[in-house]
Amino acid sequence: MSAVASRSGAVAVLLPPSGLGGSLRRIAALVLRYTYLLRSSGIRLIELIYWPFLQMLTWGFLQRYLAGTTSPLAQAAGVLIGGVLLWDILFRSKIGFSTTFIEEMWSRNLGNLLTSPLRPFELVAALSVWSVLRLAVSMIPVAVAAYFFFGFNLLDLGAALVAFFALLVLTSWSLGLLSAGVILRYGLGAEELAWSLAFILLPLSCVYYPVSVLPDWLQPVALALPPTHVFEGMRSILLHGVFDVNELWWALGLNAIYLTVGYLAFRWFLQSAKVNGTLVQLGE
Amino acid sequence: MDERVTTSQDLAETVPVAETIPVAVKDLTKVYGTVTAVNDITFSLKPRSTVALLGGNGAGKTTTIAMLLGLVVPTSGEVRVFGADMARNRYQVAQRINFQSPYVDLPMRLTVRQNLTVYAGLYGVANQAERIAFLAEDLQIEGLLDRPTGKLSAGQKTRVGLAKALLNSPELLLLDEPTASLDPDTADWVRQKLKDYANSRGATILFASHNMAEVERLADRVILLDAGRILEDDTPSVLIEAYDRETLEEVFLDVVRGRAQRGERDGAGQARKAS
Repeated sequence: MSAVASRSGAVAVLLPPSGLGGSLRRIAALVLRYTYLLRSSGIRLIELIYWPFLQMLTWGFLQRYLAGTTSPLAQAAGVLIGGVLLWDILFRSKIGFSTTFIEEMWSRNLGNLLTSPLRPFELVAALSVWSVLRLAVSMIPVAVAAYFFFGFNLLDLGAALVAFFALLVLTSWSLGLLSAGVILRYGLGAEELAWSLAFILLPLSCVYYPVSVLPDWLQPVALALPPTHVFEGMRSILLHGVFDVNELWWALGLNAIYLTVGYLAFRWFLQSAKVNGTLVQLGE
Repeated sequence: MDERVTTSQDLAETVPVAETIPVAVKDLTKVYGTVTAVNDITFSLKPRSTVALLGGNGAGKTTTIAMLLGLVVPTSGEVRVFGADMARNRYQVAQRINFQSPYVDLPMRLTVRQNLTVYAGLYGVANQAERIAFLAEDLQIEGLLDRPTGKLSAGQKTRVGLAKALLNSPELLLLDEPTASLDPDTADWVRQKLKDYANSRGATILFASHNMAEVERLADRVILLDAGRILEDDTPSVLIEAYDRETLEEVFLDVVRGRAQRGERDGAGQARKAS
């Protein structure tokens, strides 16, 4: 090494690690890592679109069939397919967050990351940013296909769509944080949780039916979930043309609580993994 | 970019002299349930020293290194790296440290260049391209830069892992079994590179190993661990002389099997030498 010590690059020139600049650089580095990963596999890219596309087709055809029946609700434009697309925003974002995290464990890279200057909140921020980018890759082509196949234009939801999108993504991050924390603490044996956690919300958050369908005792549980308010809001627009701002505020407030709890749970599981030595065992 | 660019040397100079001891471990204990992995150990490393943590399987080497890295929280005791308490302020010094272990991989699907670029970003290396080019040439991985990391042989992966560990020109390099599963030729090459790096950078190296030849070749001090305790802490030559043995391996076997204690064999050794 000494023979080339005078060359540029012989010693690293380091940028200050602290402050916003340092954090943004590390988040960008990690997002770059995930971009490289996606680019490295065409199959992954296709898979991102494959499942939501199938979902959209299945529910779209069902909607078309029901539209021919006498049910007035079924004939209301886009309720089912809108539910599918919005649910997929939540589900795909959650999967994007969780699988990207699990990827670090599959590749036995977590030890390298957690010994680098990367802070836990920067890891979470990178996973969050990436889940949105991955979601865009996944959902934009499917939303376009929904328009061409079934004439459903997601943009008909107007400005509310942006709010719905943001609120569902926030919920997905809470779930992602929780499952990442559990996997961190209990290892890949808990991986199933990452795949199944979002499904717990499916019957309770009233994706395809109104809250009033649920038994009285279950309705408060459903209303305590942020996505319920998003789907109620969506139905309000599509069925009655009314944009219910109250539903959005409820969803936002609940998301703030869930996201805080999710992040604290992640930090708690991370600390617990350090106490129990799980992070070392993950490598070995 | 208007941020002040600084070298790791500059960073070192901003830390008070009293805090520049690379590693100070005090009364360190780690208990997992009913198993005591590390049992009340105390040691410190001098700047620019190369120290081996020597011990058999389950001696506590990996746990000790993991506590130094902040991957494991001690049950009791204290770990300070460049003066920073690793349980609370790891990020103050994380940029000045790096680590390599055969039990931790770089992402397999990424090319070597992509992996090094990502880690250069994480460590805040401003001269990324130059640094990667320099390390690629120095560690003879230029031809591997655009190959997926998962397609490399064990020896090639070790060299790439070493490049990652040296990206930020660390002042403290922690290595867990740096030549595990390497053929003798590659292992020797890696040891020479580590030696060169320590000399040229003035870095401190702490490595865990149960390869005695490696320890004798690299270390100017040996901390011998058994069942989580420090049994010996001295230079290899002093230990060999104190136990009146020919090699460090013989010393190691004496110590961990409880066959002899320091100085006990002096009489027998003298008699053998006289005969």
